[in-house]
Amino acid sequence: MTPEILAALEQAKRAKQPIVLATRLPTGEQQLLPAPDAPADLNDAAKRALDRDESGTVKLGDTDWFLQAYNPPLRLIVVGAVHIAQALVPFAVPCGFSVTVVDPRRSFASDERFPGVEISTDWPDEALDKFAPDSRTAVVTLTHDPKLDDPALDRALKSQAFYIGSLGSRRTHAARLKRLRDLGHQDNALSRIRGPVGLNIEAVTAPEIALSIIAEIVGVRRNAPLPPKSSV
Amino acid sequence: MTEAEDVLQTAAQWRAAGEQVAVATVTETWGSSPRPAGSQMAITKSGRMAGSVSGGCIEGAVADAAMKTIESGSPQLLDFGVSHEKAWEVGLACGGKVKVFVERLS
Repeated sequence: MTPEILAALEQAKRAKQPIVLATRLPTGEQQLLPAPDAPADLNDAAKRALDRDESGTVKLGDTDWFLQAYNPPLRLIVVGAVHIAQALVPFAVPCGFSVTVVDPRRSFASDERFPGVEISTDWPDEALDKFAPDSRTAVVTLTHDPKLDDPALDRALKSQAFYIGSLGSRRTHAARLKRLRDLGHQDNALSRIRGPVGLNIEAVTAPEIALSIIAEIVGVRRNAPLPPKSSV
Repeated sequence: MTEAEDVLQTAAQWRAAGEQVAVATVTETWGSSPRPAGSQMAITKSGRMAGSVSGGCIEGAVADAAMKTIESGSPQLLDFGVSHEKAWEVGLACGGKVKVFVERLS
């Protein structure tokens, strides 16, 4: 790999721009895609690799190309700078998530409690409007407080977020769904909310609950056959 | 907070620090193989390693090939699999097949 290609690739990754490194096999000539001067079929294959978020070898004509897809990081928006959030962030980062913690209560959302983590002290609905969750974003609410969780869930449901999870017991969750119904959300939309949040591993401590949440997020992202749980 | 595993970035940092570096990338897999296409391992001439291209079965052989590529500058496409005699020596215990592209960071 030439220093020029390496630098351009690192630059694109820093700019959070989706990019594909194409390597001709077995000789190793490389180029970055999409590129205006690249053959259309190669650009198309690169676009498919990015859409599927999957690297692999494709045969175009007589040539094998290895296409390495670099998408911007997945995002996780955690509403509630609570103890479980402190445990969740260190699991989420190595799984590839760029994490933002949202909590207008400054005593919770402190740099001391979340060193090196991006924090927003905006009200959750305003924060979510700003972050505009997309299909590579997961949203988890952990405050247990309707006046903080509900506005976040309302905005998450109006977004393309691939995962929406909300902490709370079955009873809390049923009451939450009723309030969101009153805000005009339909049952099929409400079924997107995974609550009680996390895989059922009988988690007790904050790190265990955080583990169950990140495991569920990964499972949803990877299309694992997870049991349905939201009884809307 | 540390970043997600980014082997290429690690390799680039090693290169910038003056190391001689090769990067190995899984380009194709068949059957049960533990690491998907795109998985990477970085190897330096001085013996540093980061990342992985399998569950540990072929890393040693890939590191050997990487040393050759660091020396020669020529990339290699390695083929590990049950149909390949050498695979028995190396031992893909999972029974899968995997192709690995090895290149030097120039």
